[in-house]
Amino acid sequence: MSDFLAKYAFLIVPILKIAVLVFLVLTVDAYLTWIERKVIAHIQARWGPHRVGPHGLLQPLADGVKFIFKEDPIPAHVDKAAYFLAPFLTLMLALTSLAVIPFGPQTFTVFGYQTHIGIADVNISLLVLFAITALGVYGIALAGWASNNKYSLLGGLRSSAQMISYELALTLSVVGVLLLAGDFSLRGIVEQQTVPGKGLLSWYVFPQIIGFLCFYIAAIAETNRVPFDLPEAESELVAGFHTEYASMKFAMFFIAEYTSMITVSCLATILFFGGWLSPFPETWTWTQYLPSVLLIPFGLWVIFDGFRYENLFGRILLPAVGFALTVIGAALLVFAALNGAIQGPFWFFAKVFTFLFVYIWMRGTLPRFRYDQLMSFGWKFLLPVSIANVVLTSVVILWRMH
Amino acid sequence: MVPTNYYLILSAVLFGLGIVAFVFKRNIITIFMAIELMLNAVNLAFVAFSQSWHKTDGEVFVLFVIVVAAAEAAVGLGIIILTARNRKSLNVERVDLLKL
Amino acid sequence: MTAPVVIFFVLAALAVLAAVSLILQRHPIHSALSLIVVMVALAGLYLLLGAEFVAAVQIIVYGGAIMVLFVFVIMLLNAGEEERTNFSKLATYAGIPLALAIAGFIAAAIARSSGALPAAEPSGALTSTKTLSMLLFSDFVYPFELTSFLILVAILGAIVLAQREN
Repeated sequence: MSDFLAKYAFLIVPILKIAVLVFLVLTVDAYLTWIERKVIAHIQARWGPHRVGPHGLLQPLADGVKFIFKEDPIPAHVDKAAYFLAPFLTLMLALTSLAVIPFGPQTFTVFGYQTHIGIADVNISLLVLFAITALGVYGIALAGWASNNKYSLLGGLRSSAQMISYELALTLSVVGVLLLAGDFSLRGIVEQQTVPGKGLLSWYVFPQIIGFLCFYIAAIAETNRVPFDLPEAESELVAGFHTEYASMKFAMFFIAEYTSMITVSCLATILFFGGWLSPFPETWTWTQYLPSVLLIPFGLWVIFDGFRYENLFGRILLPAVGFALTVIGAALLVFAALNGAIQGPFWFFAKVFTFLFVYIWMRGTLPRFRYDQLMSFGWKFLLPVSIANVVLTSVVILWRMH
Repeated sequence: MVPTNYYLILSAVLFGLGIVAFVFKRNIITIFMAIELMLNAVNLAFVAFSQSWHKTDGEVFVLFVIVVAAAEAAVGLGIIILTARNRKSLNVERVDLLKL
Repeated sequence: MTAPVVIFFVLAALAVLAAVSLILQRHPIHSALSLIVVMVALAGLYLLLGAEFVAAVQIIVYGGAIMVLFVFVIMLLNAGEEERTNFSKLATYAGIPLALAIAGFIAAAIARSSGALPAAEPSGALTSTKTLSMLLFSDFVYPFELTSFLILVAILGAIVLAQREN
């Protein structure tokens, strides 16, 4: 048995990792919708979901059940192949792009097969991500066209044109980082930012601040979020390219949008913010205990928050969750090996969640661009600034070499 | 590893299928897509030889072929849009004003 | 049957099936989707040959830009399905077997001439992007600058074609 495992470990281990990652990503997607609704609600001085489960925490579960049981109407005279292919393609591409992202620096051995945190470690992982982003245009164009609906077609074409325009600025704004790092692989780029003793200051966001701003703005336009979400805004084109999609197929578009938000935030942290590197220099060893210092009081607060609910469900669920968090925090304090292993992924996820919070914050705060303003901003401002960033970076690098 | 012949046979088959599509289809856009298929088949032959002879020149030339195909697609599709607007049809058999 | 040969046959079958589907489909949008499948299969074959940068460029430029242009034009021109037409019987009954015979003859000629190629087996070594770019900017810098000029001419041509007649 163990011989069979050792021989086929190169197939079994990635499949296990894929299963874990897909499960994690789908759960994070669901709770990202909860976070979004709560944060936007608090920005708008209201509560958001608070009835379904304590603090509305079971709202995503209720939404999932609703999507499964809703009727799935197919409009007449649609192009069957394109209609069924579009949401499937969008979701498949969004989930595939998570395969090349490294989540931590460690390599560990399981079933005699040495592997790392992250599914695939290819030499050109950045180019693979751009290739998947380039193919993502098809899902939206086909969805708009296959729906046999003038408004969907217009929304789909507008959204595709927007995505193609900002894809150029996205790719060019990253070239500065590539010039500094000299490597296409995401793991290599983070390793180039590992300068011992400098902590925060070795990240690429400081030499490449223009590149970072161009990248982030282009990424928001790529994922069709506010302020660039005219093609799918409710008041403009009904619902844009996904008007004619209901229940499960709409849920696929929805999940694909949140997953690509997560992918772009991961990319921003890896390229500009040092990925899994801690902002504090390695010599400050007390920072190793930050995860447990954050987890234990939070767990205790969740336990005591559960007691203010009168229904039995809130009284059991919240203290159970809080107890689990406290136990994990205490385990991190006691077992030093576990604490060392958790450092990389902890900082990675902390930075990714910061970027996701900024995404949601912008949705609650900013108005949307009109379509011609959007296109002229992409072509006439963002693209020249990205090109100027590339030229400037090259000049500085050449000057430094002499 | 895979012998180079296999790649060349695949390239020849794809090129032949491109020619068949070019001759037998009547929609101008499909004919254009057959041209792109033929260019792709040639690219495969280039990369196969580049690997077989351990020189990277073949791959550099593939980049040039891709760029030329992009430029040709842009201008060609512009012409197709104008012709379709004038003739009100995408059928190549309708564009026969020069026929005897 | 080593793993690379199996992967080659899977990708080759996918490419040939998609190319046949391009011929057999009636609606141009389905032909465009088949061509995209051909390009992705070819990108997989380039990866098998060790040309990783070319594979990525194939998907980004060909699959993500040129084919998007095709798909946009098909959607904007509202291209419908092709009408049925009666081919001459000669073309169907003599042409297709003849085409297959020619293709088979060429394939057999290639398969038999394996001794003429200098190295029949590719070693599967990865071509680093650095090697490619060193060649591109030193030996091939003149064609490189010419292609940039070509792209500029194409952009100007597309703009001129898109203008309305005043």
